[in-house]
Amino acid sequence: MNRIDQLFSTKGQNILNIYCTAGYPALHDTVTIVEALQQSGADMVELGMPFSDPLADGPVIQDSSTRAIANGMRISVLFEQLKDFRSKVTIPVVLMGYLNPVLQFGVENFCRACAEVGVDGLILPDLPMDEYENEYRPLFEQYGLHLIFLVTPETTEARIRKIDSLSKGFVYAVSSSSTTGKNKDMTGQEAYFARLKAMGLKNPVLVGFGIRDKGTFQAACASSNGAIIGTAFVKAIENSTNLQADIAGFVKGILA
Amino acid sequence: MDIAVNTSQSKYHVNEKGYFGNFGGAYIPEMLYPNVEELREQYLQIMADPAFQQEFEQLLKDYVGRPSPLYFASRLSQKYGAQIYLKREDLNHTGAHKINNTIGQILLAKRLGKKRIIAETGAGQHGVATATVCALMGLECVVYMGSVDIQRQAPNVARMQMLGATVVPATSGSKTLKDATNEAIRDWINNPVDTHYIIGSVVGPHPYPDMVARFQSVISEEVRKQLLEKTGKETPTYVIACVGGGSNAAGAFFHFTDEDEVELIAVEAAGKGVHSGFSAATSQLGRPGVIHASKTLLMQTEDGQIVEPHSISAGLDYPGVGPFHAHLYESGRAVFLNSTDNEALAAGYELSLLEGIIPALESAHALAKLADLPLKKDEVVVVCLSGRGDKDLETYIKHLK
Repeated sequence: MNRIDQLFSTKGQNILNIYCTAGYPALHDTVTIVEALQQSGADMVELGMPFSDPLADGPVIQDSSTRAIANGMRISVLFEQLKDFRSKVTIPVVLMGYLNPVLQFGVENFCRACAEVGVDGLILPDLPMDEYENEYRPLFEQYGLHLIFLVTPETTEARIRKIDSLSKGFVYAVSSSSTTGKNKDMTGQEAYFARLKAMGLKNPVLVGFGIRDKGTFQAACASSNGAIIGTAFVKAIENSTNLQADIAGFVKGILA
Repeated sequence: MDIAVNTSQSKYHVNEKGYFGNFGGAYIPEMLYPNVEELREQYLQIMADPAFQQEFEQLLKDYVGRPSPLYFASRLSQKYGAQIYLKREDLNHTGAHKINNTIGQILLAKRLGKKRIIAETGAGQHGVATATVCALMGLECVVYMGSVDIQRQAPNVARMQMLGATVVPATSGSKTLKDATNEAIRDWINNPVDTHYIIGSVVGPHPYPDMVARFQSVISEEVRKQLLEKTGKETPTYVIACVGGGSNAAGAFFHFTDEDEVELIAVEAAGKGVHSGFSAATSQLGRPGVIHASKTLLMQTEDGQIVEPHSISAGLDYPGVGPFHAHLYESGRAVFLNSTDNEALAAGYELSLLEGIIPALESAHALAKLADLPLKKDEVVVVCLSGRGDKDLETYIKHLK
């Protein structure tokens, strides 16, 4: 059973998923951070594969990507780093990235490498639904990799249903129409979350974009299965000299 | 005038799925889906509306000054031993072909009920053309421009500001056109309801490459009529145009793609030399991939990171090429040549002295290839003179010595 499905079958609420760019702040921090997140009580980790032109991200995640690329991070290096991480890490890990680096790596090679190291899912915001359905779906299923699609407040109900039917693991509900790290006001979004809840989707829903502290995390959890924190975490470890302690402190600040 | 709404029968134009051969599509995050989908559903219908066409034609005629002349360049023709015609897009209002597209898109934005316009710009020509039409229609205008380009194209920044636009520097990455485009896309993600994004070239997600090509197709439509008048034949032997993203070339090639006897020559910027590491010759250095939401040829590392290009001309300083051109390249329908910075500068000086026309550095790349073609005396050559060179004076003068 995929670890994402396992997680949601045992814990349906208040899921905390933390995003971090792989190879940041230093190239070999990746696995250290994933381990520390698990120890601190995070339920899931989303590892960003850095891209030179991350359109859906704001300046904080773009800067972390630029730094990670300069550090020498690339997809082949990431899989090398993740080679033995499953001997220490049991929580689900999903990779997030943009389509072009995955295309250049080769989609099948990529899926195979994910399965080999124990990656559970993938978020590719610029992969069109039709292309996934017509070209890549059998590959993803063959390698047991869950593809997670995004929905936004502007997504129509018919499209949400289609996205839900193609998504596996969970649906990523973008909290507002924005790039990451925008801190748009979350009030007034209850209607959107309520609408999602009322639709009775087959997948659990995690809320992302703009979740940055205990208050926003709890607000998101009130009407979904949990939330994803990215920009705030990336900022928190930017200049860290003690990753374990800083990560424990950050997660405690959200969950305590 | 007809703005080419019914031309999809050409195998080189876009298909019903938004692809030119293997290239194109809409590789957009979900946050952009409603905006792009709204446009995709409506653009052809709006463009086909007789009231829209009438307004578009009227503005092109009375405001832009179209048709732009097709000028027989006799001294240039003598020098290169052919019948050389210049399509004078430099004589348009604002000094380049860019305004053909911005007029079309601003009329479209109004019909979509948009209140705010955003754009990216490299050399500043598209930014000026966008600021101009926003002033004309009384719409708010925000232009994203790489901070490096803001430095090297200061006069155009001042023009945009005088026209009431806000110019926002893009400070990420190479701080040039690609980064300005990223910032504009991000703005659109954050302002999905009231804002229309006027992309300046035949790049971006479907329907942009097709829509911009259709608005620019007025160039080749006029060329056919003008050639018939001047030479008795609608088709030339060669059409030559420079290609960065490729909007003037798309317009100049549009109505000639199905006539194989017309040689289409696309000229890219080789910078300091194709293999110097300072180049923007995408067809020579690129591989298929996804940039700015479109599958096309792009300059990238082995890992799929987008490479920072170089050209002396800010308008050609782009690491991709529109999917229409990627298809023309892959299918062999167009020949892709390239000119170095120095060849372009020399061609700019040559046209100034032979014809009394100072061309934009972008257009000078196209002119520079006249010397490389095996021209014959009775062959008709059309060069798309996409813009005027006033904005490049400083660069020209710096290299005079």
